[in-house]
Parts: sequence; structure tokens; C-alpha cells
Amino acid sequence: MNFTFSKRARTISLTLMVIGFAMAILGFAGDHTEHHQNTWAALFINGFFFFGIALGTLFFYALQYATETAWTVMVKRIYEGIIGYLPWGAAVIVICLLAGSFGWHHVWHWMDHRVTDPNDVEHYDPIIAGKMPFLNMPFFWVRAIAFLGTFIFAARWFRKQSLAMDNMTGETLVRTHIMNYKRAALFLVFFAVFSSVLSWDWIMSIDTHWFSTLFGWYVFAGMWVGGMVTAVVLALYLKSKGYLPQVNNSHIHDMGKWVFAISFLWTYLYFSQFMLYWYADIPEEVIYFQVRINDHPWLMWGMFFINFALPMVLLMSRDAKRNPRFLIGVGALIFIGHWLDLCQMVLPGALGDHFHHIGLLEIGLFVGFLGLFINVVFRELTKAPLTVVHHPYLEESIHHQI
Amino acid sequence: MANKVIYAVYEDPELLKSAARKLVTAGVKVRDVFSPFPVHGLDPIIGIKRTRIAIASFMFGITGTSLALLGMYYMMIYDWPMNIGGKPNNYFYQNLPAFIPVTFEFTVLCAAHGMALTYLIRNKTLPGMPARNPDPRSTDDKFIMELRTEDNHGHSAEAMTSMLRETTVFEINERQC
Repeated sequence: MNFTFSKRARTISLTLMVIGFAMAILGFAGDHTEHHQNTWAALFINGFFFFGIALGTLFFYALQYATETAWTVMVKRIYEGIIGYLPWGAAVIVICLLAGSFGWHHVWHWMDHRVTDPNDVEHYDPIIAGKMPFLNMPFFWVRAIAFLGTFIFAARWFRKQSLAMDNMTGETLVRTHIMNYKRAALFLVFFAVFSSVLSWDWIMSIDTHWFSTLFGWYVFAGMWVGGMVTAVVLALYLKSKGYLPQVNNSHIHDMGKWVFAISFLWTYLYFSQFMLYWYADIPEEVIYFQVRINDHPWLMWGMFFINFALPMVLLMSRDAKRNPRFLIGVGALIFIGHWLDLCQMVLPGALGDHFHHIGLLEIGLFVGFLGLFINVVFRELTKAPLTVVHHPYLEESIHHQI
Repeated sequence: MANKVIYAVYEDPELLKSAARKLVTAGVKVRDVFSPFPVHGLDPIIGIKRTRIAIASFMFGITGTSLALLGMYYMMIYDWPMNIGGKPNNYFYQNLPAFIPVTFEFTVLCAAHGMALTYLIRNKTLPGMPARNPDPRSTDDKFIMELRTEDNHGHSAEAMTSMLRETTVFEINERQC
């Protein structure tokens, strides 16, 4: 059965875009930071947040092939729909990075060549200069293009394979499936390296002096849980509209378990990073957390509470993960929690003393990009039958029961 | 009339499941099934209640968390505050991050061991306890369904046996008990 993008959903997504971008324009007018730094930072946060959801889903999708998981076959098209947003998210990130490279803003202030010029007495920064072998423009862009190119290529390739499998049977179907399995494993190798390095490049380098070896995993866990939340909420939405009749309680329960489990993975990584810096208490390292804890305690502890305590307490029981309304509610909270997490990663570093609170710009762009995200994902969902037609594990997935 | 117990032996879990479904639909209560491995989807057919081990596990976990926090509070803050790496030790909350790994590990330890012990005691399978399965073949390659006349007042032993004969049963044993 094909999904039709109802007029109502279309109107809602467009309204979100209009309201959101109107709020952002108002926020832009009130943005008195130098180079409109706040606007660029907010654009990057929302560009990366939705990009991260698509990327986390792409990772999970490849993981399903590589581990030959059967139960997700029923909801495979939902993941493909979310992955469809990947090029849009990538475009926003590229715009932010390009603007930074041209010197239109200083979100990544190492991009300013004056800080690495030893003759510039006023701006020279020996620590950043020491990072030049890695943080230099040509290498940075080679990496960015390699990451985005690989991700978009993989996303398109997997989608093409999946659509082709709808028209295959017997021997060809199995051969294609085995091919997907091998390619997915190969993709995961690239993803492991790229996801870590892209978080250093695009987020950690905002606080250029500071570094953390755990940062890549922490960002990756945030992207992954974002993807899991989006997938389960989307599945419940489609079910409530009468699509996906074969998706049963067990599928939903398992998708809920992923939200629960990855929330814990995120907490584990976040706390591992935090505790080591807190314990060592070395001034140049702990400054990162001092800024966040002393100046923005509500943001920091609030997002930690939403992303850790809420899923732990609310999603622990089996009944909670089988209750659609409850799951959607908790999912929405975690969704916002991880957005706040990204805000506290980017804003204190990008704005410094000018960051007081999350304002119109951030929220407006969030709403606007949410509308765009819904629009793109729903459009992608209409392009293919919501349930795959042929797959070696389709039968097993239909009878999934836990 | 003496109570009787009937053991129906099957060679395949799917055959047993379809037979159990047929009997339960006819109103027969299946007391238990003995199998070499857990048979997926059998529990709802013969009406076994959902396990409460998750609740037990939660209780054990909470106990572990509380004990760990209480113990560290007593040792490291109340009784003998120690200066480790200059970390604050006046108040519990100031030093809380350092206590989290221990709390986490102790929670997992208590939950896992408590759950394993509960499981073994509840199933009466602690080491040295006598085996309760009626037929040693149920630990090898046979699947055995147990019916009791005391559970089925509406059906005589003969009626149940003839119902079983209609299924693809391997062997039927009847015993007094």
C-alpha cells in the first residue's frame, strides 16, 4: 500500500515552515552579535540536528543489513523515508561551512587565517596554530566532501537496491540481499571513522582549544537516538492513519526498546566524558564544563535530565513501550532533549559571553526545519510501497512476536 | 476416582503447539510442557502467566543502588572523609560523580545475581535439587505435554486421550498420581 501525503499533513508542514522561518527572520533582526554569529550558529544547530537524525537512521539501516535482522523488514521503508532527508541536511551544513570558510562568520574561529599567522601579534593563537596539520582549510574540505559524499552515495545506493528488490524473486533476490549485507558491513567501517571525525570537525572544533577523545561517540549516540525516536513516532503516526496494518505491537515494542537502550548509551558516553574531566580537573580541559555548568546550569542539567532520567523512568516497563500515546509523548520529549544537547554543544563555544539563553532564532529555525523535515520525509515515503514487496525475511518479520 | 496424569509426547515443537491449540480450544487445561529448549509462542497458547522476574530484577537493582550510595556516604563522607585528588568531601552531592561508577556496577551486580537466584529458586532448579521432569527424553529431543484430570473436571481421561490421538502425537503415557 502506498502512502499518500494528505492535504492536512502538507498544510501542517508548510505552516510549520512559514511560522518557523518567520520567527527566525524576527530573531535575525534582533541578532546583534558580530557577523550575525548567532544566526549562523542556530542555522548550523538545526541543520546538523536533522542531518544527524537521517545519518543515525542510515547507520541503523546499514546495521540491520549487516546483522541480517529480520524484524525491521516491516518498517524498512520508514527508515528509508527518514534517510531521504540526508541531502537536505547536508546542504544546510555545507552552507554553514562555506560561509565560515569565506569569513562571513566565526562559528569556527580557527577558519580565520589571522589566528594561525605568527606575524599577526594581535590575533595569533599558538594552540590553534599547533592544530594546523589537521585543522586547515584544504584538508578540512577534503574530509567534509568525503564524509557527505560517502553518506549520500550509500543512502542512494541502499534505496536503489531496496526498490529493485521489490521486483525480484528467488535466486536474484537472495543474491541482492547478500550483496546488501556485504556493502552494509563495508559502509559501517567507513561510518565508524567518519562519524567520529565529522563530530570533531564540525562541532568539537567550535571550542577549538578543547578536545575530547570520546566526543565522536557521544555525538554519534545522540544522532542514533534521534533516528530511533523519529522512526518509532513515524511508525505510530502511520499506523494511526491506517497504514502498515502488519506492524504489530511487538515491532513497536522493539522500536521503543531501541529508544530506551540508546538513551542509555548516550548517557553512558556523556557521563564517561564528563566524569574524567571533572575528576582530572585540569584547567584547560575542565573549562569546557565550567562554562556550561556555571553559566547555563538549566540548559546543561535540564537536557541531561530529559535525555537520561525521563527515558529511564518512563520507558522502563513493557507496557509503556506498547502504549502508542505514551511512546509518542516520551519520544517528543527526548527529541527536544537531544536538540537542547546540540544547543549546549554549539552555542557556548560559538557565542561565548553573548550566549544568554535559547531564543527566537534557535526555536524558529527548529520549527522551520521540522516542517521541512516532515515534508521531505513524507514525500519520500509516497515514492514506494510502505511495506517492501519482496525480501528474504519478510515472512519472518510479519510474524514477529516477542 | 483416582486422579490421573497424561503425558503426551511429541517429536516437534510445532506439532505440540498445534495440538495444544486444539486441546485448549476444546476446553482442556494443559498443566505444563517439558521441552529441551524454550518453545517460542507456547506460553499464550497454554495460558501461562507472564513472568514477574522483571519486577524482581527492578527491586534487586534499586536495593543495589541504595546500598551502594548509603555505603559510600557512610564510608567516604560521614565516617572518615578522605581527600582523594583534592576532591570535595564535605557533602555527598559534591562528590557524587565519583560515586556513580560504583553505584552503577553494584546495581548491575545485585540485579543480575538476585535475578539468577530468584529464577533458580522459583523453578526449583538450584544445583542438587531433584529433577522434576517426568521423562528424561524431554531433555533430549522430545516435547512432552502434561494433562491432569484434576484440572479438567469436564473431561474424562479417556476423552482427553482420544482427543490427543487425533493429533500427531508420538506416544501417550498415563499414570496414577
